[in-house]
Amino acid sequence: MIPASFDYVEADSADAAIAALAEHGDEAKLLAGGHSLIPLMKFRLAAPSVLVDIGRLSDLSYINDGGDHIAIGALTRHSAIETSDLLTTNAPILAHVAGQVGDPSVRHRGTLGGSLAHGDPASDLPAALLALGGTLVAKGPNGEREIAITDFFTGFLETALAADELLTEIRVPKVPGAGWSYQKFNRRAQDWAIVGAAAVANGSTNVALVNMGPAPMRATAVEQALAGGASSADAAAVAAEGASPPEDLNGDAEYRTHLAQVLVGRALDEALG
Amino acid sequence: MKIDMTVNGDARSADVEARTLLVHYLRDDLGLTGTNVGCDTSSCGACTIHIDGESVKSCTMLAAQARDTEVTTIEGMADASGELHPMQEAFRQCHGLQCGYCTPGMVMAATSLLKENPSPSEAEVREGLEGNLCRCTGYHNIVKAVMTAAGGA
Ligand SMILES: Cc1cc2nc3c(=O)[nH]c(=O)nc-3n(C[C@H](O)[C@H](O)[C@H](O)COP(=O)(O)OP(=O)(O)OC[C@H]3O[C@@H](n4cnc5c(N)ncnc54)[C@H](O)[C@@H]3O)c2cc1C
Ligand code: FES
Ligand code: FES
Repeated sequence: MIPASFDYVEADSADAAIAALAEHGDEAKLLAGGHSLIPLMKFRLAAPSVLVDIGRLSDLSYINDGGDHIAIGALTRHSAIETSDLLTTNAPILAHVAGQVGDPSVRHRGTLGGSLAHGDPASDLPAALLALGGTLVAKGPNGEREIAITDFFTGFLETALAADELLTEIRVPKVPGAGWSYQKFNRRAQDWAIVGAAAVANGSTNVALVNMGPAPMRATAVEQALAGGASSADAAAVAAEGASPPEDLNGDAEYRTHLAQVLVGRALDEALG
Repeated sequence: MKIDMTVNGDARSADVEARTLLVHYLRDDLGLTGTNVGCDTSSCGACTIHIDGESVKSCTMLAAQARDTEVTTIEGMADASGELHPMQEAFRQCHGLQCGYCTPGMVMAATSLLKENPSPSEAEVREGLEGNLCRCTGYHNIVKAVMTAAGGA
């Protein structure tokens, strides 16, 4: 399988990438690690006529201590996040979840920014970030803006990014002593989650779900139940409230609803236990 | 478009269509057919090569993305005199292959794994090779070969 023809543009800076997006409009797509986009292009499910390669913008690949937060460049690869001491100490769920993505070869190429910008409800890192909380930095023709992670995922493969914006940085709070858990359920090695649940307990408890709706989502019913003093078991029982689980060969909505309850229960036991 | 890269130690340059996948450039343009295409959908690992020493699936990369990198394929593993790389030798000693189709990718993934984790446990080897499928061996002797190459068995 070979992608449809396109013009290849290499951007040597974030600004050059934004300019290329502005010039080519809807016809253009950014290429980071390519591990979501290239498979789609091979299936011809995506056929951008211009590909703007940002994969080698090494100045957008970093993991820095930002004081009260850790700043991660959008082009940082999953393998770098998985092995980062700074993240393992300050936001361990993120390092752990990066290590759950695909397999080592996928993690050598895929980037955090690409995973978020793709907005796939079945992907792992969006859930970890939703549970951690944090802010994304987007850059467009009119400069930079910050987007709360909870406002970022807007629909199936849709995000709050405008077509001419580049995700440049991800800021996650430092939560060194927080309880956390990530429960990914799949049947085979290297597969995507059929359902996943992420929890971070740092005073209050945030819970996020993978593959339980068109977009990565917070399990707000669970969070409210916990805040109101419910036990973990009682809170887990409402895990699928507000969700609209997809139906596919891996399972129907009822099965996913059950899985979400079981996985949220396990995640809460681990994070709060 | 013009692409330049180092492949198995040799400088290579070519003019290719931008949509050329790296695996096709290696196999069809350079004749390095040791890198196999299995699934063509990023799952099986038969096409695994190294970019700057790290394993990647070459069916999921454009040749253009490998510009200015050091590419290593299975053909680049043995030394100039033909002496096998220790990982290849371990696969041979441990009978880590049957039909051999997955083997180039397995060897490339395994050497990348040992570079990052020189003395893995057996479980870590199995997890480290989760992106490489073998339809013949049942994995047992592959894992044994990697443990042997690591000096752990
Ligand atoms: C075999 C395989 C298994 C996988 N398994 C998993 C898994 O288990 N869990 C999981 O979560 N993921 C999985 N993935 C996906 C992987 O995590 C991808 O790397 C990731 O989703 C996309 O990152 P990328 O850098 O490759 O993005 P690309 O494919 O380059 O881009 C993806 C999309 O994001 C846009 N984009 C990229 N970067 C930016 C940016 N900085 N600003 C704005 N837009 C941008 C692109 O235009 C494109 O639309 C798997 C992939 C493969 C091939
Ligand atoms: S052919 Fe590339 S992963 Fe199967
Ligand atoms: S030896 Fe036949 S596929 Fe692995």
